[in-house]
Amino acid sequence: MRALLIRDIRLAVRAGGGFGLGLAFFLIVVVLVPFGVGPDSGLLARIAPGILWLGALLSCLLSLDRIFALDWEDGSLDLLATAPLPMEALVSVKALAHWLATGVPLVLASPLFALLLSLPPEGYLPLLVSLALGTPALSVIGTFGAALTVGLKRGGLLLSLLVLPLYVPTLIFGAEVARRGAEGLETGVPLAMLAGITFGAIALLPFASAAVLRVNLR
Amino acid sequence: MELNVTGLSVARGGIPVLEGLDFTLRAGEALILRGPNGVGKTTILRTIAGLQPPLAGQVGLEREAMAYAGHADGIKSTLTVRENLTFWADIFGTSGVADALEAFDLVALADRVAGALSAGQKRRLGLARMVVTGRPVWVLDEPTVSLDASAVGLFAQAVRNHLAGGGMALMATHIDLGLEEARVLDVAPYRAKAPAHDDFDGSFL
Repeated sequence: MRALLIRDIRLAVRAGGGFGLGLAFFLIVVVLVPFGVGPDSGLLARIAPGILWLGALLSCLLSLDRIFALDWEDGSLDLLATAPLPMEALVSVKALAHWLATGVPLVLASPLFALLLSLPPEGYLPLLVSLALGTPALSVIGTFGAALTVGLKRGGLLLSLLVLPLYVPTLIFGAEVARRGAEGLETGVPLAMLAGITFGAIALLPFASAAVLRVNLR
Repeated sequence: MELNVTGLSVARGGIPVLEGLDFTLRAGEALILRGPNGVGKTTILRTIAGLQPPLAGQVGLEREAMAYAGHADGIKSTLTVRENLTFWADIFGTSGVADALEAFDLVALADRVAGALSAGQKRRLGLARMVVTGRPVWVLDEPTVSLDASAVGLFAQAVRNHLAGGGMALMATHIDLGLEEARVLDVAPYRAKAPAHDDFDGSFL
């Protein structure tokens, strides 16, 4: 399992792996917002938590179709399916690698991008915590979507349509934590809900992903 | 150890292609499947490798005994030859890729990025993976595509070494490998005659 994780991260950071693509996309979204809504820092500060969460979610979406599509194209997925690794472990490792290559950089960069949207100082920690807790769910749900659409020509668009509705609960509670934090309110309840969604997804979805992957490989 | 295939029927895209296939492969034996294009050789090999369930019949060995090599080599072009092989060795829990590199004459290319290899060299790398899996049954689908005569010789030698170590090899190929000991099974007579199986659910999968 560790070998697969190391390989996937190595592939992500080498040329053409798409590492940094999500980050650059996130930056562009955040930079574009003030052009769209105007430079009023009061307004920006108010919408910053939502924009940052939406930006992180869309950047995460950008790299989802690579999770299985590349391994499918070059035949590695068939070979991995015949390897001693259980399919559930395979999809879990794939989700973890996606999170490490996409989610973690987004979380770490978010304070910097929050600065661009003049997020109030007390909002930084809740934003960071909510993204750190919410992005694993984005990767795990996204892996399920990628497993569903593997082998389809131009499955990326279908993948977005399938996955975005599933992202709604994470977005609602994640953005709520960040918003309440920025306004100096209590964040315990939405944080607990967000944690529940994330851990529920991590516990259940690998089995679903493995099942659909088995069907898709036939 | 033997591979006992009994009454195997396989389907591709919900349509049965071959039925009632029986054969036995003992340790140290090789079997070559022959048949016209589209007869279902790949489907049989994928079924035996455990990538798809059989329509009927049994494959007498666990999928854990099989090492499969399909049309695609599963090579990552941004990794070096050695990294590619080491990855598979780690996945299959074996150690050392030196023998595999040696067997397919890849030692000089070991540190080259796999994307820079020629088609034949990539194929050799794909076949070298079979050596590092350490599994007893090799299931090979058209292993010699894009190999030149000397590389085919290397491959035949690797298969022979594998058989000598008590392994088995099952392959679909059209060219003569020079493996005199290998049996040949023509699968064309097993072509499915039954009407299309009513797999209503399957058409949605």
